Amino acid sequence: MKRQLPWIITGVFALWFLSTLRIPKPETFRLDEFAEVPVVFSGRHQPVDSLARNSLVQIRDRYTVWDAREKRSLSATEWLAEVMMKPETADDRRAFRLDHPDLISLLKLPLKDESRGEDGKHYSWNQISPGFKEIEDQARQILQTKKDESQRDAFDRSVLKLRNALTLYLRLKNTVHPQDTTNFTAELAAFEASITPGVAAVRDQQNGQAYDTNAFNSLLNLVGRYDVTVKMDGPLIIPPHHPERDRDAWSRMGEALMVHVRGEPLPASVGQWGRIATAFRTGDVAGFNAALTDYRRSLSGALAPELSKGRHETFFNHMAPFYTCLVIYVAAFLFAIFYWFNFAEWSRQTAFALIGLTFVIHTTGLIFRMVLEGRPPVTNLYSSAIFIGWGAVLLGMILEKFWRNAIGLVVASSLGFVTLIIAHNLALGGDTMIMLQAVLDTNFWLATHVVIVTLGYASTYVAGFLAIVYILRGVLTRGLDEATGRSLARMVYGIICFATLFSFIGTVLGGIWADQSWGRFWGWDPKENGALIIVLWNALLLHARWGGIVRERGLMALTVGGNIVTSWSWFGTNMLGIGLHAYGFMNGAFVWLGIFIFSQLIIIGMGMLPPQYWRSRRTANAKPTDPAAGLSRPVPAGAR
Amino acid sequence: MSAPATSPPSSGSKGPRRAAAAPATEPKPVPAWKRWLSPLSSLRLTVILLALGIVVTFFGTLAQTEDGLYVAQQKYFRSWFSVWSPHDLGWKWFKVPLPGGYLLGTLLVANLLAAHTTRFKPSWRKSGIFLTHMGVLMLLLGQLATDMFSRESRMSFPEGEWRNYSEDFQKTELAFLTDAGTNGLDLVVAIPDSLLVKGGELRHPQLPFVVRVQEFAENSSIRMRAPMVDTNRAPATSQGVGAKAIFQPVAPTRAMDKRNLPGAVIELVGTNGASLGTWLFALVLDEQEVGSGGTNWRATLRPTRYYQPFSVQLLKTTHDVYTGTRTASDPRGIPRNFASRVKLERPSTGERREVDISMNQPLRYGGLTFFQHQMDREEMERGGRGISVLQVVKNPSWLAPYLGTLLVLIGLMVQFMIHLVEFIRRRTA
Repeated sequence: MKRQLPWIITGVFALWFLSTLRIPKPETFRLDEFAEVPVVFSGRHQPVDSLARNSLVQIRDRYTVWDAREKRSLSATEWLAEVMMKPETADDRRAFRLDHPDLISLLKLPLKDESRGEDGKHYSWNQISPGFKEIEDQARQILQTKKDESQRDAFDRSVLKLRNALTLYLRLKNTVHPQDTTNFTAELAAFEASITPGVAAVRDQQNGQAYDTNAFNSLLNLVGRYDVTVKMDGPLIIPPHHPERDRDAWSRMGEALMVHVRGEPLPASVGQWGRIATAFRTGDVAGFNAALTDYRRSLSGALAPELSKGRHETFFNHMAPFYTCLVIYVAAFLFAIFYWFNFAEWSRQTAFALIGLTFVIHTTGLIFRMVLEGRPPVTNLYSSAIFIGWGAVLLGMILEKFWRNAIGLVVASSLGFVTLIIAHNLALGGDTMIMLQAVLDTNFWLATHVVIVTLGYASTYVAGFLAIVYILRGVLTRGLDEATGRSLARMVYGIICFATLFSFIGTVLGGIWADQSWGRFWGWDPKENGALIIVLWNALLLHARWGGIVRERGLMALTVGGNIVTSWSWFGTNMLGIGLHAYGFMNGAFVWLGIFIFSQLIIIGMGMLPPQYWRSRRTANAKPTDPAAGLSRPVPAGAR
Repeated sequence: MSAPATSPPSSGSKGPRRAAAAPATEPKPVPAWKRWLSPLSSLRLTVILLALGIVVTFFGTLAQTEDGLYVAQQKYFRSWFSVWSPHDLGWKWFKVPLPGGYLLGTLLVANLLAAHTTRFKPSWRKSGIFLTHMGVLMLLLGQLATDMFSRESRMSFPEGEWRNYSEDFQKTELAFLTDAGTNGLDLVVAIPDSLLVKGGELRHPQLPFVVRVQEFAENSSIRMRAPMVDTNRAPATSQGVGAKAIFQPVAPTRAMDKRNLPGAVIELVGTNGASLGTWLFALVLDEQEVGSGGTNWRATLRPTRYYQPFSVQLLKTTHDVYTGTRTASDPRGIPRNFASRVKLERPSTGERREVDISMNQPLRYGGLTFFQHQMDREEMERGGRGISVLQVVKNPSWLAPYLGTLLVLIGLMVQFMIHLVEFIRRRTA
């Protein structure tokens, strides 16, 4: 039984993952198909599903909306369909998350009261709307008096966040048609009918002749309605009229209608959106599904690549591979730790197999993203977190292959977990596949410099976590025997060499990129300096070890310092808000960075305790004659 | 290596032995110069220097939030010593003395060279380390050479215009120009700001007057003098625009995206010793007529110009953004591509060609490299032409980091392979 146990457990997790891949096909509105429809927002083609998720996460910090009255949760696409095509229902949904109690009391919103269905955190557009002016005044005052983001406190940030959420919501509400439209098909017909007489009336009026005031007013009225929606800068939903000429010429609904008034033919997609919206609003399931099928068929000609990208991206969103990985990393970590306490080989094998499974899923997710974006794996902070986790897991598995003592597994699963949690939090900011600034738009350098530097981060973290294992096991448990200590020291040494190689090459490749793009190899930019510090730190470690200045314990304490240095480079430098690599100030992350650094300092302090305070007291360290105790010896058989 | 510097000098017996081949049992005595070098070659020093390097880099980064990139760079990296203190006012008393980048670089180079002359014995096992160290040496020296010899300037022009010079964005010069008897071209006498700062009297054989610096401010504000309000404030100068203006030195700015606006009050003294009056010059002011009648001199304070033997004309600017990203809240959008099409002309060789300069696609010409830096557009009333700013870099030592990187890369690879082979051999043994 115990021999099969690893495979059974891993099989259960694999089946769970596979079961999440199936997208349920609803029997009413085919929102699963609606989700795949391509639109353009933040400069890129994306399916309605991504627009919905990335918008909702900015508004609500979640990818679904919970409806307490109907006792069910709405998918992001269902919520967006309501916002765009049935706004009066959406306005009643508790889609806005407000974090700050002062903001809630400022807007006179109800506090937590289970009996009335108030959770004290989530509010609807209709509940917030009486306070719009107050929010606007507060936001304006904050933007004027506290220009520097670092001056703003939690209340200020929550005001600005709410204002952004409301703006985004308003944009979405006016994407398909003006928010107060009741029958879009009828309105489009009225529009069509008013153009000819209206244009004639306008011409007459301009020529100073008598004109038809009714026709004149009704056209101007309609044009005005749509002009307002265009000015809101919402998503572009009307596909290019001549995709063979310009694939990127997507437009907003209002823009397409304006062009039509000027005499261009009306794109068929306008009418198709009209049918979709009207059917959705009136609850006409068959009509909605038929109109949707028509629209998708019309796209499948020249715009087939966009439609297919939409389908794939929706599938990817649904698969949520990194979320699955998070869960399995926790399980793997528990099995690996369990092995340390009772040395049950099945437990170690289970952890190994589970990490193998997550590695496959993690890699799948990584490649899927790369194909969707058409880019190397790391393009922004979010993807760097995903990639650091991937690299660390790979390294951890390699270590485990050689040493078979579950240490590589513990490090792989904990780093995989932590980096994915970081990625999850970074994704709350919105679209993680946003287009790159022109200056970063070179796949060659993204593929070399960025990837290699990120691998340098990953390996420095792996070494740092190995050292944490050494110190915690040594100080707190009796489990760190001499053989394990030595094998850990050898692992750390090997990984540090690897980290030095990668961080150095990655850093100088960055210099070469800068020289190619800006004409300077080294500019002392914060991010460059951060990378330089990692290189210097690793070089310091190696030289200190070679010179016999530190021995096993000292090496471990210094290696934990590598975690601090790497975190500073990865996140800290961005928080300075200066330089070419600055992606914006992140106040919440700043606190976490502080906590992390503090915890590392404590571990370093523990590592520097004299050996007699270690529960695994190890006399090998005390020998002054052997400067690099055991570091370069072969692994004794007991360690395998 | 551990030279017994304190051991008593052995009597004569060593002399003849040294001449013969030293027996393996007794180490060859270390020559005096090596003994001197040995403390400099220690790994302990390397570790200390690397640690200080980390500290300086960290504080040099922190300081950028307050001082701006350029000042922080000068203060912490291009210096021998520096002092860091937190910018929160309450903590000003807290000071951290730091070694400067030059000091650390010099010591690292010395440490490296000393280690290789005293400690390292050439061996294949250490060949990777040797290559890596040579690469690091080249990187350090290359950076020093860049600091000393490279020059960055900018060429900024609207579509259609020609430039045969680029402008420094830190330094300024007081330029005197005349076109008397030079068939259309200007004769220029330029005084760099480094001389203006010192003040005093400046003479030049081609200037028919002596330049006396009364006041020079690194950053200044100038406003027109309001006749009814500023009754008790004298105008800045007796002549030119300054006669109607008030000149006010202000604290230099540290912000990365702003430049200082220097200004100067200058007195010109004729050859006969009589004053010709005072003038106000500033970066924000245009050229002014100066001197006594007949000489036809003009003067202006302007960014230091570097003239080239060729001219560049900006033909067309391209500024694409991603579809739909240019919005009311973000009028600049997400830039997708910046490009300038320019025409190059070199009268001396008859060269004449057009070329595109875009982001990540610089033009290398005449020992200079032209990079696309910024894009802008003129106000509509001025023609609405596209404006392009090119970064012009002269860096004779640009190859050094490439060679250094290559050496380190090969070195680390070699060392890595040597260790890997040993590791695998040991595991299989």
